[in-house]
Amino acid sequence: MNAAGAVDGVQPPAVEIRGASKIFNPGRHNEVKALEDIDLHIDQGDFVTLIGPSGCGKSTLLRLIAALVDASDGTVVVNGKTADAARLDRDYSMVFQRAGLFDWRNVSRNIELPLELMGWKAADRRRRSAEMLELVKLTEFARHHPAELSGGMQQRIAIARAMSFHPQLLLMDEPFGALDEMTREHMQNELLRIWSETRITVVFVTHSIPEAVFLSTKVAVMSPRPGRIAAVIDNDLGPRTDATRDDPAFFSNVTAVRDALRGGH
Amino acid sequence: MTAAKTLLRSWLPPVVAAAVIFGSWEAILAILRPDGFVLPPPSEIGSAVAENFDAIITATGVTGFIIVTGLLGGVVVGAAFALLVTAFRAANETLTPLAVAVNAVPIIALAPIFNAWFGILSPRSNQAVVVVLVFFPIFINTARGLTQVEPSQIELMESYGAGKWRIMREVRIPNAMPFFFTALKLATSLAVIAAIVAEYFGGRQDALGNLITNSAGLTRYNDAWAAVLAGSLVGIGLYALAVLAERLVMPWYFVARRSA
Repeated sequence: MNAAGAVDGVQPPAVEIRGASKIFNPGRHNEVKALEDIDLHIDQGDFVTLIGPSGCGKSTLLRLIAALVDASDGTVVVNGKTADAARLDRDYSMVFQRAGLFDWRNVSRNIELPLELMGWKAADRRRRSAEMLELVKLTEFARHHPAELSGGMQQRIAIARAMSFHPQLLLMDEPFGALDEMTREHMQNELLRIWSETRITVVFVTHSIPEAVFLSTKVAVMSPRPGRIAAVIDNDLGPRTDATRDDPAFFSNVTAVRDALRGGH
Repeated sequence: MTAAKTLLRSWLPPVVAAAVIFGSWEAILAILRPDGFVLPPPSEIGSAVAENFDAIITATGVTGFIIVTGLLGGVVVGAAFALLVTAFRAANETLTPLAVAVNAVPIIALAPIFNAWFGILSPRSNQAVVVVLVFFPIFINTARGLTQVEPSQIELMESYGAGKWRIMREVRIPNAMPFFFTALKLATSLAVIAAIVAEYFGGRQDALGNLITNSAGLTRYNDAWAAVLAGSLVGIGLYALAVLAERLVMPWYFVARRSA
């Protein structure tokens, strides 16, 4: 998969943010400085988590990359083009805390939604939807309705929907935040399996330190009011297994992230 | 469970309830024996229906036509307003206060005025009352359903580069369906009330409203009750149709929900 906007055969970084800030309601009584002076570089294939306390602007930063929110200042470049061009080119896909499946579509047709918007033929959509159901291991639920599935299953369908058109970049906003601990760990394993099978770039917002350390190659630690990136911690733990969760290196990185979060206050 | 058993389970309770209500109504009146104008027993209303069968069928047809056309008109206008108001901020700022103002008017009180506009014997004035009365609940509920969408579902569609109208079609309109049908079921009985009360003031002379006022004026209360019964049956029939339409249009809403 070649990134559009590549110059001289060199792939541009997945995300390049320079000096970005975001002020909501500028000049009004309820003005909020959500983000200030953000620099962030994400390479293709990285798995980067954005972690920080509530109100640190991590979700806003994710939406800046998605061009769902415009930067007040600075530049946001995704795959070598403006964030909005990347949005319109469908370079990325989003997963939210709430699965947000459409009750009026069965599981298979939920996964086909982005493909329909892109004008795919029905037969191609069916085929891709079946592949995606296989990827998230829910093939037998193709004809079920979302309301019939558990929260974890719904979120796997949301991931299948997000992956359906093979985007280069996956933006996830606390996708496992509403799940119980057991389901959450299972989903983390599943996400890492999908990530290693597809080599997609992931930007993942969370407020769970173990989750950030278990999942990502880099942890961007944010501090609140105004939201800034306090530190970017390299988190090279190699291929993850369930044993990783008990690994001393895992715990030392958890401590490093926790220290960075404290330092940011 | 077999199909016959399911059918029995859903039909038996209302049938039993109706039998008990009408049976005790008949029995209590047989014991107390009040004057007929207070409340006739169901058997006498039944014979009044049989005696005036042709007149009642004609009146039900006339009023039924007003109810159905008025209901459809109100639904179309209400839903169209809701779409406009949701799609365009300018429409929201102008149409919503207008609709609220219209709703604040006691619309039934306009019936004699509508008679002056459309002609005292024209069914148009009765239809107009039904349209105006049905409009508001449809408008308000549908507009709420169109706007009360999970924000992340809108963001999701925007992230796929979907425009306003695509979001309207794929998210807002399906999301509004349960709200719309709730309003529609309410509107069926509103439409019956509106049509009959409007007919008290004018319109065709062979309609249910006139049959009720004329019979009551001649102290033929059994006939008045027979006409009321016919109006109720129209209301029940329309409600049943609305329920059926709801099931057909959004079967997804009735799939067994998994408890969270």
